[in-house]
Amino acid sequence: MEQIEFDYPSKRKVSRKAHVGVVGSGDLEVLLEPVEGESSHVFVRTSVDGFRDTWKAVLDRFFAKYDGVVRIQINDAGATPGSVLLRLEQAVEVSEQ
Amino acid sequence: MSYERDDANSINRQSFIELDARERAKALFDVGTSRELLGPFDRVESPWLSMQGVTPQADDGCVVMKGKISGQAAVVVALEGAFQGGSMGEVSGAKLTAALDLACADNEKGVPTSAVMLLETGGVRLQEANLGLAAIAEIMASILALRKHAPVISVTAGTVGCFGGMSLAAGLSSYIVLTREARLGLNGPEVIEQESGVDEFDSSDRALIWAIHGGEQRYATGLADALVEDDTQQLADVVRQLIAKGVPPVHRSSQVALYRGRIAALDTSRQWEPRELRATWGTSSSVEEKP
Amino acid sequence: MSEHTGIRGTVWFRALTGQAYPMSGDPDSVLTADALLGEDISRFLCVVRNPHARFPCARDGQVGLEEAYTLATRVREIIEQDKNAIKRPIIAIVDVKSQAYGRREETAAIFLAAAAAADAYGTARLAGHPVITLVVGHALSGGFLTHGYQANRILAFDDDGVMIHAMHKEAAARITRRSVESLEKLGETISPLSYDIRDYAKLGLLHKLLHVDSPDNPSQQEIQHVRDELIAAIEDARNSPVDLSNRLQSKEARETRKASILTRSMLEAQWADEQAN
Repeated sequence: MEQIEFDYPSKRKVSRKAHVGVVGSGDLEVLLEPVEGESSHVFVRTSVDGFRDTWKAVLDRFFAKYDGVVRIQINDAGATPGSVLLRLEQAVEVSEQ
Repeated sequence: MSYERDDANSINRQSFIELDARERAKALFDVGTSRELLGPFDRVESPWLSMQGVTPQADDGCVVMKGKISGQAAVVVALEGAFQGGSMGEVSGAKLTAALDLACADNEKGVPTSAVMLLETGGVRLQEANLGLAAIAEIMASILALRKHAPVISVTAGTVGCFGGMSLAAGLSSYIVLTREARLGLNGPEVIEQESGVDEFDSSDRALIWAIHGGEQRYATGLADALVEDDTQQLADVVRQLIAKGVPPVHRSSQVALYRGRIAALDTSRQWEPRELRATWGTSSSVEEKP
Repeated sequence: MSEHTGIRGTVWFRALTGQAYPMSGDPDSVLTADALLGEDISRFLCVVRNPHARFPCARDGQVGLEEAYTLATRVREIIEQDKNAIKRPIIAIVDVKSQAYGRREETAAIFLAAAAAADAYGTARLAGHPVITLVVGHALSGGFLTHGYQANRILAFDDDGVMIHAMHKEAAARITRRSVESLEKLGETISPLSYDIRDYAKLGLLHKLLHVDSPDNPSQQEIQHVRDELIAAIEDARNSPVDLSNRLQSKEARETRKASILTRSMLEAQWADEQAN
C-alpha cells in the first residue's frame, strides 16, 4: 500500500461533505470535506504501488475544473484513472446538492 | 411467508442486491427517520489492515443506522460485501456488537428497539484472524441478550451470502430472511473441497452449491422464515411484518430436541439429494411452533 | 500437525471427573460428566475423536451435527434442572480440531447446529451459570465458536500444543496468498495473526494462562492446580456480570483492543445524541 499527498490552490467555499464509493476490487471510496483556507489537500492510499505520476495526472485534470476548498481522502483498491475521475465527480455532485 | 415472482411488476422493482450497504440500511427505515452512527467521516477504521499493505475503508465495511421502522425504534447494521468480502474485523465486529448492546440497553430501559442485520459476509477477516473470531463470539453473545427483549432479524440478499462464523449469528437470530440469490452455510464449497476433498464437495458444481446453500432450499427446509424477491419494497415490508410479530415463542436455535431428532433420523451411509430433505424438514419454522 | 487432538481432551476430562464416557443415547464423541469441583457439582463437557462416528467428516475430533446438538442437549438439561436452584457450573474442556467440513453437514444446516450449541452455552451464562472453558489443546474456528467461546471465563494451558485460532495455518496462508513461513513471521508483530498461545493471551480475551509441565500426562499436583484455578474462575464468574464485558476490560485488552473500545464508546455517545448528523 502506498500513501501519496497533493495540494492544489482553490478558492470557492463548499457547503457539504460527501462520501461515495467502496474499497472493493477495482473501485475506491472518496471522502470530500469543506475546509477553510485557500488550498485543497488530497490524501491517497492505494493498494497498487508505483503510480504516483498517474495519480498526479488524474488529480491535475480534476482540479483544472474544480475550484472548491476541500480536503479529499481517497482509499483505493486498484481503480482505473477513469473510475477515479468518475468517483471524484460523483463526490462533487453530492457535495453541491 | 414466500413471495412469488411477479414479472409484470419487475420493471417497477428496485433491486436490493444492487444497493450498497448504506443504501440497503436506509431503505428499511420509515422515510426521513434514519441517521448513521460512526459513519465514514468518523474514520474509525481497521488498525490492522494498513500494516499488512491492505487499504482500509473509512467505515470498516459496516454501516450502523438508527431510526424508526413502523414508527418503532430500530437499529440496522449492514455489512458491505464489496469490501474484503464483508468479512468481520475488529472494528466492524465491535460496531455490530455495540449496536446490539445499545439496543438491548434501550429495551431494558423500556424503549422497545429491534435490530436488523444485513449479512453479506464470508465470516472472519483473516488479516485480523483471532480478533475477528473473538468479535463473532461477542456478536453471538449480544444477539442472545437482545433477542429476549426484541426480535433480531437477519437478512441475506446476495451476492456474497452469509458464511463462516457469521452463519452462526444468522442461526441465532429470531428470524432469517433470504432471497433466491442468497446463500447461507457454515463452510463454503471451496473450503469443504480443500479440507475434505473434491469427492466430498466439487466446488465447481454450481447446481450443487445452490441446491444446498441457496435461499430457496433453506426456506423449503424450514431454515428460513421468509423467502423474498430481489425487491427493496417487498424486503422492507417483510422486515416490518417480522418486527410486528415480535419475539418468537421459541427461537429456532433453541429447538434442540426437534433438530437432534431430525439429525438422528438421517441415513448417513450416502450423500443425499438436497431436495430429499424438504419432505421431512418441511417449512415448519419457529414462528408457528408453540413454546 | 495435531496428533494429540482428542487425546488431551480425554486425559483432562478423566483427570477432572474420574471418568470419560458419553451419556446414554449420546455419540461417543461427546463426553459428559457431573463431578465435584470445590463445593459444586459441575457439569463437564468435552468433544473427542470418534473414528466410528455416523458422519464421515466428523471422525477426527471435529465438532459436527451430532456433537453440536448433543452439547446443546446436555447444557440445556442443566439449565432446566437448575431453574429454581443454585446455578451449577458448566465446564467446557476444549480440544477441537475444527467444525466438520462436509456436504452432509452443510445440507443438514450445521450452521444451525453450531448456533444451537452456542445458544445453550450463552443462555446458561445469561441465566447465571458460571460457564468456564479450559483449552487443553486446539480451539479452532467454528469448532471453538460452537464449544467454548460463549464462556464467562476462558483458561488455557501455556503450552506449545495449545492453539486458539480462526483458521489452521495452511488454509489461512492459502486464502491470504502467503506462505506459511511469512504468515508465522507476520504473527510475530501482529498478535491477532499469531498461532502462539502467548500471543493470543496478549489480546486480553483469556482469564488466565495456566502453566502445566506435562499436559499429556499430568501429575496429581498439576491436576490439583488446574482444579484450584477452575474453582477460582467459577467464583470470579459468580461475582461478575453475566455478559462478556470482561474480555474488553483486561490490561491486555485495553492495549490490543483499543479500536474495539474506541468503537464502543463513540457509538454509545452518538447513539444517545439524537441531534447528531
